[in-house]
Amino acid sequence: MSQETMDVSVWRGDASGGAYQQFDVPKEDSQTILDVVAWIQQCEDPTLSYRFACRVGMCGSCAMIVNGTPRWTCRTHVNKVLEDGRLTIAPLRNLPVIKDLAANMDPFFDKWVAAEGVFHGNATRDEDVAAIDPASAQRQEADKGIECINCAVCYAACDTVTNNPDFLGPAALNRAWTLYNDAKDCEKSSILDAAVGKGGCLSCHSIGGCSVYCPNELTPMDSIAGLKRAAATRWWRGE
Amino acid sequence: MTELRLYMAQRITALIMAPLVIGHIAVMIYAIQGGLSAAEILSRTQGSLGWAAFYGLFVLAVSVHAAIGLRTVAAEWLGMRGGVLNGSALAVCVGLIWLGGAAVWGVTFGGPA
Repeated sequence: MSQETMDVSVWRGDASGGAYQQFDVPKEDSQTILDVVAWIQQCEDPTLSYRFACRVGMCGSCAMIVNGTPRWTCRTHVNKVLEDGRLTIAPLRNLPVIKDLAANMDPFFDKWVAAEGVFHGNATRDEDVAAIDPASAQRQEADKGIECINCAVCYAACDTVTNNPDFLGPAALNRAWTLYNDAKDCEKSSILDAAVGKGGCLSCHSIGGCSVYCPNELTPMDSIAGLKRAAATRWWRGE
Repeated sequence: MTELRLYMAQRITALIMAPLVIGHIAVMIYAIQGGLSAAEILSRTQGSLGWAAFYGLFVLAVSVHAAIGLRTVAAEWLGMRGGVLNGSALAVCVGLIWLGGAAVWGVTFGGPA
């Protein structure tokens, strides 16, 4: 009996444009989308470019658009997303393409920095490590968002990013919100300044694609709502 | 900070509009159920500073709220930026105040329909 195959369309091209290329890929048990892409690159066309590292959902490198939906491909089983024996695999939406399935992540990470998504510490090595109460409301709010793996699935899912290139995006603002709630971060004011600045949290229309598609089941939309509340509170107080 | 001011203005005008919308709908239902004629409605609104204040505030809140919302739509869908964007939004705001204000003025100080 011949092995069952899948009809897989893979986007090929670069920043100047491209088209889908069709491959017949053998179907295996417990096969992931990343397995499919790797099989094509290893057995059919070694020039296929894509990005991956850990293969276990930790590094956030391998996200792609699978049958129109942004997904972490290393932990997406083919059986879950196969439609009539077909797969369509494309690079992440809302980001420039380097080649084939590899998107250029520079704008994504530049926006993390623009959103003040960097830790602002002021303690030195001579001071004791700050004691953090894991049960405190502030810490629990931070904990809700810290499992982000920077995969940019939320960024690719966000229609506001599509329509407003200035928008910093869900991941960057989620990161800002976790730092705002981090007792060790000493520049809360800078975080809020960035959050209400160009392309900040006020640009979010709460469409919620970020929270629907986040593979780690985070809710960046809630984090952005938190930034909006914090900014509004500061405005009322005239600070 | 301009974006935050606009954001807050839109939320505050939404808060103002919420009870006014309910009041307006209640008045409309009452007017229709009771079978009031235009002349009867005008007889109640003419010279009434209360109704003028109610709908005058409504017009101001709507004008600010709608102009800020359309400014966002114009930025995202039409790609407007800077002075063109702000000028267009301001024109919408002034236009709505003009239209709404004329209507409120008409039913408060105008003659019979």
